Formats: sequence, structure tokens, C-alpha cells
Amino acid sequence: MTTSWNRIPRVAHAAEVTLNRRGQPLPGASHPLLAYGLGRSYGDVCLNPGGSLLHTRDLDRFIAFDPDTGRITAEAGLTLDDLLRFAVPRGWFVPVVPGTRFVTLGGAVANDVHGKNHHHAGSFGEHVRAMTLRRSNGECLEVTPDDTPDWFAATVGGLGLTGLIETVTLQLVPVRTPWMRAWSQRFDSLDEFWELDARAEREWPYTVAWIDCLNPGPRGEVGRGIYSGARHATTAPARSQYREPRRAIPLDPPVSLVNRVTLRLFNQLYYRQSVHPTARAVHHLPWLFPLDAIRHWNRIYGYKGFYQYQCVLPPHAQKDGMQALLDGVAASGQGSFLAVLKRFGDRAGPGMLSFPRPGATLALDFPERGNETEHLFRRLDHIVQEAGGALYPAKDARMSPDLFRSGFPRWEEFASFVDPEFSSGFWRRVTK
Amino acid sequence: MNRLQSVVILGATSAIATAVARELAEHGARLFLVARDGERLEPLLQDLRVRGDDASATRILGTTADLADVDAHADVWTQAQEALGDNIDAVLLAWGTLPDQDACNASVATTLEAIHVNGTSAIAFLAHIAPDFEQRGRGVIAAIGSVAGDRGRQSNYVYGTAKGMLATYLQGLRNRLFFSSVDVVTIKPGFVRTPMTEGFNRAGALWAEPETVARGIVKAMRRGRDVAYLPWIWWGIMTVIRLIPEYLFKRLKL
Repeated sequence: MTTSWNRIPRVAHAAEVTLNRRGQPLPGASHPLLAYGLGRSYGDVCLNPGGSLLHTRDLDRFIAFDPDTGRITAEAGLTLDDLLRFAVPRGWFVPVVPGTRFVTLGGAVANDVHGKNHHHAGSFGEHVRAMTLRRSNGECLEVTPDDTPDWFAATVGGLGLTGLIETVTLQLVPVRTPWMRAWSQRFDSLDEFWELDARAEREWPYTVAWIDCLNPGPRGEVGRGIYSGARHATTAPARSQYREPRRAIPLDPPVSLVNRVTLRLFNQLYYRQSVHPTARAVHHLPWLFPLDAIRHWNRIYGYKGFYQYQCVLPPHAQKDGMQALLDGVAASGQGSFLAVLKRFGDRAGPGMLSFPRPGATLALDFPERGNETEHLFRRLDHIVQEAGGALYPAKDARMSPDLFRSGFPRWEEFASFVDPEFSSGFWRRVTK
Repeated sequence: MNRLQSVVILGATSAIATAVARELAEHGARLFLVARDGERLEPLLQDLRVRGDDASATRILGTTADLADVDAHADVWTQAQEALGDNIDAVLLAWGTLPDQDACNASVATTLEAIHVNGTSAIAFLAHIAPDFEQRGRGVIAAIGSVAGDRGRQSNYVYGTAKGMLATYLQGLRNRLFFSSVDVVTIKPGFVRTPMTEGFNRAGALWAEPETVARGIVKAMRRGRDVAYLPWIWWGIMTVIRLIPEYLFKRLKL
């Protein structure tokens, strides 16, 4: 059964078709279509219960690359992993990468993904120069930000609903080496986080913070953590061999390995890890994609899966709102294994449904515990909605239509660009 | 160690062959690709040219041909030699189909065609190129067989027959070309996640990715291995399967 990364929901599809070449006619059927790449989103944004999934993994060919300008065109099923392997030795880098490199180009566009450098480089869609979009009526649209701005704004962040994204042209950025300069520092409260962030973001193109949402800091409030910043290095260190460790979670444990005991232990250990207040050289792979080093890490949550809760709060509400969210999580006792806080830059994404926007974003993971989890999420939803924030569709399995509409006010405008034959579990859920 | 700087790949749009071609292109090899479907070959050539930094399309070339058509072989081989010169380091035979055993059971013609596509047509090509390699006294000839060729099982013995015949032919050819310093490599992949096996339930630890198998193929070709089970675990599995006595084996539903 095809699922997304968090394995919720588990749904059946009427058909699953592998696309092998561009220009291939889409299967005509009585049920709706949706492209599926590597399934690294969470929830039902990449699922189409009762409909057809179009697997795009074999659409992974390069089409053109200009080594002088760093502009690359490839089929949408190409992974960022493949692209980085290709580009980095040639002195180029993907301008925006999410926390995993195992996503496709098409998926990165459809979710207008962001990275730790949002304050510096914006979201993925800002670097897309062109796309080809195959519609169910057989048309193939050439979509560019200048010539077809409306189609561009609909397709970037358009959750794969405007048609099949077949090819993507992306502007890469130059780098000198695969290495980065990175530093990290502990902080004891959210107040300290905001201070650190204000100072660091000007100097460091990549920044991110991990929050311990179980253990209070010395002043008694939840919000201690580790702040890190990085930039691409101009020279490689003397001993510059790097081999990524290949670890894997070999099978599904019968129950989630993430529980109160393991979480408290993990968070203590993580908080106590050595920090590096002065910058040192690290390879880009472990710094940008720490979880990619453990294949199938989603298995630690067991067969039942887990939820990710990622929200963005606008600048005027970010400080109080973040504290309220963390307090809410702490009060529930359902600490999160992964709590990541990141301040977005002052630019909205180029898409009608782009998630990145001015403000700050918090991402949390929770094992599936039924009502208890849903109860917590309702509390968090309330804080997000009051603050005028939004949840990230790429990581959602349960938000209400009401919360979607308030977070994405251009959704009706977007709806007019949706391909009549395309749909997703997510789209049907939030528009009903 | 064999050089793989100049390689002919036949049946190039198959998932495994594509992965091999990508790996070789990334190492700067000159390639000549043959595939039946031009609509699939062209985008692949384009992809390999990007990966191989061959913007002017001088190193990565190809042609379309139906390799099941034995009469086309001479022309294909001539074209490959014209494209790569006389210094062809290696040839990889990768065309084939996975016939439906039930359809074969119902039709003699389907059975014979499956054996031709997967067996005799490959042997015809090998027979055609062997004298050239023999004369040059170096190089690698590799062909993709299958673990299915190691023992006939009711679920796919027509395919297995063709691949088994190919393996035996390669064995003889290896023996013959040994004295000319030409390596003949029999590749025996197990279960691979490719469009060929689309309809199968592909969960489980025995299923390998085409890229993994491709890395194994390139390594086996470089080293001039005789027989390469890919991944290697299949050597153990097939050894056990070959050892089961026939009077027991025939009772199994494999």
C-alpha cells in the first residue's frame, strides 16, 4: 500500500501507474489523478484515496545544463539527491533544500518547499525559471514566472493539482566546495532564541534551532534548545574526505519507540551534545540533512505512524504564539522528538498556496495516540488560528477546512487553476 | 582491471541498462546505445550527455534497432564500431522481456517468441561479435541473464529456459575467448524493481534497486568476473535451490 512518510492515512488507490517518459498521455479514467514522487510529504497531500496515483520516479532524466550559468532543466521525478550529486562536483548547489534530499523536483515545486536559508534565499519556487505542465486534456503548458505568471503562481505550491509537472528549470547557485562553516550554541529560553536569531540571521545564510519541548530551562519555562548557523565554505578543510554513514532502521517495531521515557532521555542527551560556538568545517550532507543518514527513520514510530505539526505564525504574533504552542505541548506531556524553530525571511512565497511567509515556523513530530493527539492538535490549532497563522499542507493529515481557508486566503483563486481531472485526499478534505 | 571507456549497451532503455549507462557516463565514458523505441532513447541520450558533460554530443551516441530482429545485428555492430572506433572496451547485452508464463502455456508461438527475444537473439548477437573480440584480443562481453535460468520452475520456466540457454552459451564463449584474453561476464540479477516487474508485490528485503544492480554490473565488468549474482545474496539462494533434489523440487509450488 502506498503511503506518505508518516503513514497516516492508510488508504487504497484505484490504480497506480508508473510514468516512463515525458509526453506520455495521462491515463483517462473515471477517477481523479495525482502525481506521486518519493512520498516524503506527511499526510494526504500526496495521496488520492479511491483515485489514481501517477508514479513519477522514472521521470528522472536530465535535459540540459549550462555550466556557465548554472541553469538546469530536468524531468520532475529527478531527486534533489541526484541533482546535488550532479551539481556539487561542478561547483553548483541547489538554492533551497528541505530537511531531506530524498524529494523530487516536482514535489519541491508542488509544495514550494523551504530550507534553513529562507531568510536568505526564499522558497524553492523563487528559483524556478520554467516548468512544463501536462494537463489532463492533453495540453502541455510552458509555465514561466514572466510569461504565464498566473499559472506559475498556481503551480508553485499548487500541491500537484494544476496538472502533471513534467519538467523543471532551476537556477542553481555557485559554491566552491561541498563543505560548510557551521557553529552552534545553547539557549535557555525562547527570549534568548529571538536575540540570538536577530544577531545570527544577518551573518549566516542558513539558521535553525532545535527546541527541547519537554524540559524547562533554568527560568522555568519551556524553550531551551540549540541554535545553529552555517554558510557554504570557500575552501575545503585539509582532511576533506567525507563518507556518509549508512544506517537504517531495519524493520517496523510493533509499538512506537518514541514514548515519554525515550523522549525525555533523547532530549536530555541532545541538549547536552557538544556545541561549537566558533565556526568549524562540516560537510553539507550531515548539516543540511541530518535525518537522511538513517534510512527509514519513520519506522521508529511503529506501524501506526506519526503526525507532523508544522505551523507558521506572523511576525506580530510569533513570540507569544511560539511560547503558547510550546507551553501547550509541554502541558500535554506529549513532547516532540523533533521540534524545529526557524524564522522565515520577510518575503511571501511566489505561489498562491505557498506556506513560507514572514514570521516564524515551528515543526513538531508526535506518535499517533488517537484522541489524546487530536486533543492536543485542537489546542495548537486554536493558538495558530488566533495568531493569524497557517499549517503546512505538505505536513498535514487533519487540519479543518476552516483553518486551511484562514491560512490560505487565495485558495479560491487557486481553485480555478486546478485541473478538472486532478485531486488529492488533502484537497477534497479541506475544500469540502 | 578492464577499461570501460568505450562501451556499447544494447537494450539501453531497460532500467538496469539505463543505470549502468548513467554510471559509465558520469565517469566520462564514450557510449553507444541501442534501443528499440526512439521516443525513449532520445531523452536517455540527452540525460547521459548532461551527466557526462558531453554538450556537443560527440561521446554519447546511439541508434534505434529491434534487437530481436537478428538481421539487424550486423548493421548495429557496424554503426557501433563507426561511432566508437575500433577501441570498443565492452559490450553489454541487456534487452529482453518478461513473458507471461500462462500465456506461454497457452501458445507455442508465444513460447518460442519469448525464447527468441531472451535467448536465441542474444546468442545470435554474441556469435556475430565474438570473432571481432577474438581477433582484437581484449575487451569484455557481458550479458544480463537471470537467476531464473538456474532452475526451471513452473511459474516462469520459459523465461528461465531462454536465460539458462544464454548462460550456457556464455559459459562456452568464456572458455573459447579465454585464450584471446577476452572476458565474458554472465550477470544474474535477482528481483529488481523495474518496469519489467511492475505487477509484482515488490515488498521485502530481496528486491533490489536498478542502481544497486548496475553498480554490481560495472564492477563485475571491470574485474572480468565470470558469473556475477546481483546482489550477491542470490548466489547463496540459488545454490540452495539448485541443490534441492528433483523428486522434491517438482512437488514445490515455486
